Amino acid sequence: MLNTFMVYVENKPGVLTRVASLFRRRAFNIDSLTVGRTEKPEVSRMTITVDADHDQAKRIEANLYKLVNVLLVENITNQPAIVRDLAMIRVAAAHEARSHVLQLASVFRARVVDVAPESLTIEITGAEDKIDGLLELLRPYGILEMVRTGIVAMRRGSKSGEASALTEYAAADTGAANDDVSYSV
Amino acid sequence: MTDKKSAPISGATKVEKKTMTGAGILWECLEREGVRVVFGYPGGAILPAYDALKHSKIHHVLVRHEQGATHMADGYARASGEVGVAVATSGPGATNMVTGIATAMLDSIPIVCITGQVGSKLIGSDAFQETDITGVTLPITKHNYLVTHASEVAQTIREAFYVAKSGRPGPVLVDITKDAQQGTCEFDWEAAKPQLPGYRPDLSPAPKEYAQALELIHNSKRPVILGGHGIIVSGAMREVRDFAERAGIPVAMTLLGLGAFPASHPLNLGMMGMHGEAWVNHTIQEADLLLAFGMRFDDRVTGNLKTYATNAKKIHIEIDPAEINKNVKVDVPLVGDLREVLLELMPKVESIDRSDWLDSIDKLKGDAAVRDIQNLPDSGHLYAAHVINDLWRQTRDGKTIVVTDVGQHQMWEAQYYKHEHPRTLITSGGLGTMGFALPAAIGAKVACPDAEVWVVVGDGGFQMTMCELATLVQENLKIHIAIINNGFLGMVRQWQEFFYDRNYAATPLLNPDFAKLAEAYGIRSMTISKRSEVVPAVESARHHDGPVLINFKVEQEDTVYPMVAAGAALHDMIRRPSPIVETAEDE
Repeated sequence: MLNTFMVYVENKPGVLTRVASLFRRRAFNIDSLTVGRTEKPEVSRMTITVDADHDQAKRIEANLYKLVNVLLVENITNQPAIVRDLAMIRVAAAHEARSHVLQLASVFRARVVDVAPESLTIEITGAEDKIDGLLELLRPYGILEMVRTGIVAMRRGSKSGEASALTEYAAADTGAANDDVSYSV
Repeated sequence: MTDKKSAPISGATKVEKKTMTGAGILWECLEREGVRVVFGYPGGAILPAYDALKHSKIHHVLVRHEQGATHMADGYARASGEVGVAVATSGPGATNMVTGIATAMLDSIPIVCITGQVGSKLIGSDAFQETDITGVTLPITKHNYLVTHASEVAQTIREAFYVAKSGRPGPVLVDITKDAQQGTCEFDWEAAKPQLPGYRPDLSPAPKEYAQALELIHNSKRPVILGGHGIIVSGAMREVRDFAERAGIPVAMTLLGLGAFPASHPLNLGMMGMHGEAWVNHTIQEADLLLAFGMRFDDRVTGNLKTYATNAKKIHIEIDPAEINKNVKVDVPLVGDLREVLLELMPKVESIDRSDWLDSIDKLKGDAAVRDIQNLPDSGHLYAAHVINDLWRQTRDGKTIVVTDVGQHQMWEAQYYKHEHPRTLITSGGLGTMGFALPAAIGAKVACPDAEVWVVVGDGGFQMTMCELATLVQENLKIHIAIINNGFLGMVRQWQEFFYDRNYAATPLLNPDFAKLAEAYGIRSMTISKRSEVVPAVESARHHDGPVLINFKVEQEDTVYPMVAAGAALHDMIRRPSPIVETAEDE
């Protein structure tokens, strides 16, 4: 199954390589990886999706923690979370096709960001399956170019990911964790 | 042995600030980390550091190849429990270190490798002797650093030592640009404290997990302890012995665990795995509980995972959480320092009489003694096992350190040299690095100048790093070298014999006259081909005031038994043929 990890890392040169190299070396296949700044300048945040079973996911988490520059890892696969992908799609849309494409974009709450005589460029943000759905419907018109960012994710609720995870870490440390395994932190 | 939990802060506590070069800071920090000796080889990009060496109390051992420097640092670390240090220049100097770094990585050995790098302005320009060594060593170091400014040197060195020796130890590489060595800054040891917010070497299990482990232990009728290298790293020799005795549980050892539990102890079974004793592997397969103490279920230990100890529950005490469920699915993981975990468990462990189980293990030994080559009639041939067994008999009273290379002789050493003490067997287990023995022995002897050090090495592996004979002589080290010379790459030949229809492709060796070679270095030498000559030769070497090389010409096509073929079940072993047939062949 597809697992989604939020990974907080030190904002230092080469950290992305270390994380990517880990997945390659341990033969885990990254489905998507995004990295960007956070509210703290010294911390970067990655969202990584990877196909793994339960034990593999635990080992990925443990291996990520072995990287000295990794601050925190959260597997949010089965957690309430907001998950977003962004796609830009250039679709062939001349003549009568144009209005159909515009209608589809509107139904999906996508935005038209560029208009050319023979094509439209649509920007859509949402969960991956929503974007997949729009792509499916646009395909008959001819998709000329497409780019996706890969997903970014955030837990739902008032607790920030980092704070809640740090609490969990402390709990595991004192043996109060109630999870089926405590070895991952 | 150092306490690996000790705080990263060491050395002087006085507050002082002075302006120094990066190179000066480097040696100052190494001294403060307790380094007395480094193994290295100079070159352009590391020259500023070598120039500053004259102000340092640190002794520099000039090696003959940078691979040797890393193995020496490795041998130093394995013998002493302290961090070993190797130094090299950029480019080829750094890439020559790769094999030694990978060796230390797979065996969890704390070494710090310092490499020079081209000036920071030249990085990325394919400058002379520029290699992206932090990129190259990324997957074979525990962590590595590129230092581009003198002001980063102190904190980086402190972090490097802390990371190398804490938690599950491992190699750390610090690549320092030439301008960072030449540049100056204010040196403040106190202010350069390690800052590793994400690094968590100190984990401990939850109370619930201890309770689950205790329940499994108390309900077990046929438990076995699998003792690994982690016992030595953790310094848990006494705790493992107390635990085994109290619970009445026999102990099987991994290759790197040998010495962590006394070979002569009644509960010691011996080595497990591909070339382990047959009864040990059978014991594991019949067990109802495995207690893995600081070992990682390597494929050389488990054989086919599908058929591995299928009746046994597994408790895994291990400091590295990433090892849990990696190869073998375990029932109770206890992630933490082995010694601390055992101290926590001990008071709650009930003393249980398991003499039935121990008696049944004795029965599993069966005809092993009869098959043992030591007990076969003397055919006049010299076997490697004879050499090692005789060496053990002559040196068993002291804490002799034996450093092996990789191959058949390594397995015979593991089988026939009975190690009573930790850190007395130094061998490349995980990576299986040929050429390891001689340089690692130099490192071990430098770490433990009073210990008797024997190199047990094949004729193949010896030729990979024999240039370090010069280092040995230059440092005036009394090291004994026993070449187990069978004229073959013996272990590869054995595989060809069993699995490739005796097609001995590229395994027969044309060797130099090792005795003459030794003489060329001013090393005393002997050539031995009869069993009756082994003991006198060993004694003669021990009483000689200086290094000795003994060329033991042994049976060419001997085989290490038992053997679990790669991918076979652990209980499915190829055994030494019956003694009657063996004797008939010899006559």
